[in-house]
Amino acid sequence: MSEQSKQKILSRIRNHSLPPVGLPEVIHGNWIRYDDPIAQLGKMIEFVGGSFECLPSIDSVHDRLKSFPQMQEAKRVLSLVDGIEGNVDLDSIPDPHDLEDLDFMIFEGDIGVAENGAVWITDAKIKHRVVLFINQHLIIVLRRHRIVHNMHEAYAQIRVHGPGFGCFVSGPSKTADIEQSLVIGAHGCRSLQMYVIP
Amino acid sequence: MKVGLFIPCYVDQFYPDVGMATVELLEKLGVEVDFPTEQTCCGQPMANTGCTEQTRPLAEKFFRIFRDYEYVVCPSGSCVSMVRNHYVEYLNGRKDFEQTCARTMELCEFLTDVMKVDSIAVKFPYRVGLHASCHGLRELRLDKCSERRGVQISKVRRLLEMVEGIEFVKLQREDECCGFGGTFAVAEEGVSVLMGRDRCEDHIQAGAQVIAATDMSCLMHMEGILRRQKSTIPVMHIAQVLMGRQPQMIR
Amino acid sequence: MNVTHIDHPQLANVFARNADRAHWHDGALWFVRQKRDRQASLIPEWEELRELAGQIKTHTLVNLADILVQFENNATALGAKVHWAADAKEHNEIVYSILKDNNVQRVAKSKSMLTEECHLNPFLEERGLNVVDTDLGEWIVQLRHEPPSHIVLPAIHIKKEEVGETFHQHIGTPKGNADPIFLTGAARNHLRHKFVDADAGITGVNFAIAETGGIVVCTNEGNADLGTSLPPIHIACMGIEKLIPRLVDLSIFTRLLARSATGQPITTYTSHFHGPRPGGQLHIVLVDNGRTQIRESPDFHRSLNCIRCGACMNTCPVFRRSGGHSYSATVPGPIGSILSPAQDPKLHHSLPYACTLCGSCTDVCPVKIDIHHQLLTWRSELAHAKLIPLSKRASMRMVSVILRNTWLFKISGWFARKSLRWMPRFAIYNPLNAWGKSRDLPPAPKDSFRAQFAKRKRNKS
Repeated sequence: MSEQSKQKILSRIRNHSLPPVGLPEVIHGNWIRYDDPIAQLGKMIEFVGGSFECLPSIDSVHDRLKSFPQMQEAKRVLSLVDGIEGNVDLDSIPDPHDLEDLDFMIFEGDIGVAENGAVWITDAKIKHRVVLFINQHLIIVLRRHRIVHNMHEAYAQIRVHGPGFGCFVSGPSKTADIEQSLVIGAHGCRSLQMYVIP
Repeated sequence: MKVGLFIPCYVDQFYPDVGMATVELLEKLGVEVDFPTEQTCCGQPMANTGCTEQTRPLAEKFFRIFRDYEYVVCPSGSCVSMVRNHYVEYLNGRKDFEQTCARTMELCEFLTDVMKVDSIAVKFPYRVGLHASCHGLRELRLDKCSERRGVQISKVRRLLEMVEGIEFVKLQREDECCGFGGTFAVAEEGVSVLMGRDRCEDHIQAGAQVIAATDMSCLMHMEGILRRQKSTIPVMHIAQVLMGRQPQMIR
Repeated sequence: MNVTHIDHPQLANVFARNADRAHWHDGALWFVRQKRDRQASLIPEWEELRELAGQIKTHTLVNLADILVQFENNATALGAKVHWAADAKEHNEIVYSILKDNNVQRVAKSKSMLTEECHLNPFLEERGLNVVDTDLGEWIVQLRHEPPSHIVLPAIHIKKEEVGETFHQHIGTPKGNADPIFLTGAARNHLRHKFVDADAGITGVNFAIAETGGIVVCTNEGNADLGTSLPPIHIACMGIEKLIPRLVDLSIFTRLLARSATGQPITTYTSHFHGPRPGGQLHIVLVDNGRTQIRESPDFHRSLNCIRCGACMNTCPVFRRSGGHSYSATVPGPIGSILSPAQDPKLHHSLPYACTLCGSCTDVCPVKIDIHHQLLTWRSELAHAKLIPLSKRASMRMVSVILRNTWLFKISGWFARKSLRWMPRFAIYNPLNAWGKSRDLPPAPKDSFRAQFAKRKRNKS
């Protein structure tokens, strides 16, 4: 049935041609750039409900996290960043449903985008993709040189090599579906903290 | 310079002073005005209802009457937009058609782009609520559109700023539609009236003494609402303001 | 009841009559429009992005067959299964058969206008499946057995007190609690279980990338991601117009979509799915359902460029004061008033007239669809097909005859002015006078302009 419909759809399209339109260049252009992209990234992350801080090293991120009472009380912390410890071993968990009560997830972002506070993350190194979304609090560490000005620069770096998942995350999950009142913490993380290190 | 004056049908019958102010203004600026009396209407009421076959004879009529003028000037952005943007459906390919289209101009446009007016000796010491009529705004780009970015020229406001004593009030929504919309005003009566009330209220709250616009149709709708509400705020066409007419308080 | 046509003016009048509520609705959407303006103003190249977006979409539409095949090949190579559905019925059957083959009982669904268009939920529920809409707004309308009233803000017509009451009845929140933060938290807790229990996730698709075979889903709540990363099966349903040629084209669309839709710089989650999760299944259902027909229309094919941001609804002064339900269509508002008559002109003939032709929709549209001009074109199609009331056509014929003959025009004008001057008010403002219900007629001057002009000319010479 599906194959028949496919042929029907394709032939109907092919039987009716439209005047050709070229595909424009989108990577190179006179796109927005910022004098201080790091500051702009921080501004945008705060605008979208996250928190942002530049720290001198991974150790200082570690210390900073240690100082949070919430982190001290957390039962399950998963860290996929070298130098920051957690207490969940992802590889030993067979079923993603067993991650339901994950409190903190600490992760390294690939690309940070100054114009909108979005960070590109992928599941390339994670067994269960759900850890990116099921956690209560998401902590992203980003190397300073991974910051770009705009989405054009970001997409210029993204490559697809086979199956996988990638996501631009911009701040904690949110909704305004009740009378346009912005509420942080919808179905994904309730808070997002970002640390930029050299 | 001699121009053909095109006066919207309802302005001819119900707002003659708007036409007279347009004539006086053009003459004051040294333009010779000819009013070909055979004219009636651009055909927009029929076109906007979808009755294109009823529109065609009026497009033909307009073209026949006005094709030989160097410029056609009209105190309505809506009627000019009809000619310029929609006559192509009826008259495409006719000799002189494109020229006639390009040279059919809304009053403010003509004053700005052709006459290059940079001063008008006139006083109008009132607080004006400037209503941006949609077709003048978004079809002819007579003013800045709040939706758009980049460089935009405010032809209407620039002209009004030449008037001595004029003040503009700041509206909450600077270019929202008044809800007239031709037959929409009766077909969608409930929404049309609510839109009109909201627009009037914005001007009233902003402290306008006069509501002015480039199109009398919007003003007819708003005036109808104001009068029904017993408001005394008058409405005036831009041409009347530019001629320094006294605002006539609504009884 | 057998509905022969949808009467927008009648439904709109009911909505507008409650002026307080209509103003509240108008204010909520205007707030979103203002947020959109602020975001757009921060991007100097905004107008250029719109232009490029329109070009990319038009290019896609022109080359749609090749682009669809390219997409299918690449998606299949990544391990996804691509299905083709000619219409809504086939789409629903495909989805159902996937669910049945995998013994699925519970489905966590994220937002998809396509599944709304196909009425998938009732189809699956009739067959005994448990379907939960997990987008908060969608869930609210699902609990209330209402259709969404807006494509991006499904519950924009509902007040928080009403949401509180709905939650009280369905999930036992305290009666009278209408705090959005509390209610959102309650929904989060309740729906967490639904995500965990789900056997399959269904999502819509914002963009499908031909070059890579991937799909992109944008949400703020993270529901699409949770709904697809717990259960092993992900079914993504999309219209065939959602394709884009290249991955990099997303650099244009991700900059425009959320800024236009909600005034956010980008959606919180812009998720790129390339193939299924290890051990899981990804099904992508490509649906025509009238799109190839619209594509053949010289006037309306551009409406297929729509990326469903909803900006035209937020800016439309009519939509804001008539409510999404007054359009009785899956996609309401300006863009929906082009799409719905294309599906069924007889049923939806009042929609292209639910518009003042103000043009604001065209100017906010991130892919530069000339929405209001297409609505005008629809009107002439409908009039030609005699699908507008005879009274309307007859009166226009009469007006046209008058205007064609200058002498008739002059006499009619004279007569109108005289009657307005001399007729008693009750006779003018009779029940048939829709203009005069809440508006006065213009003052009737003694002389027309042409008379005054002639007099002036005589006096001058």
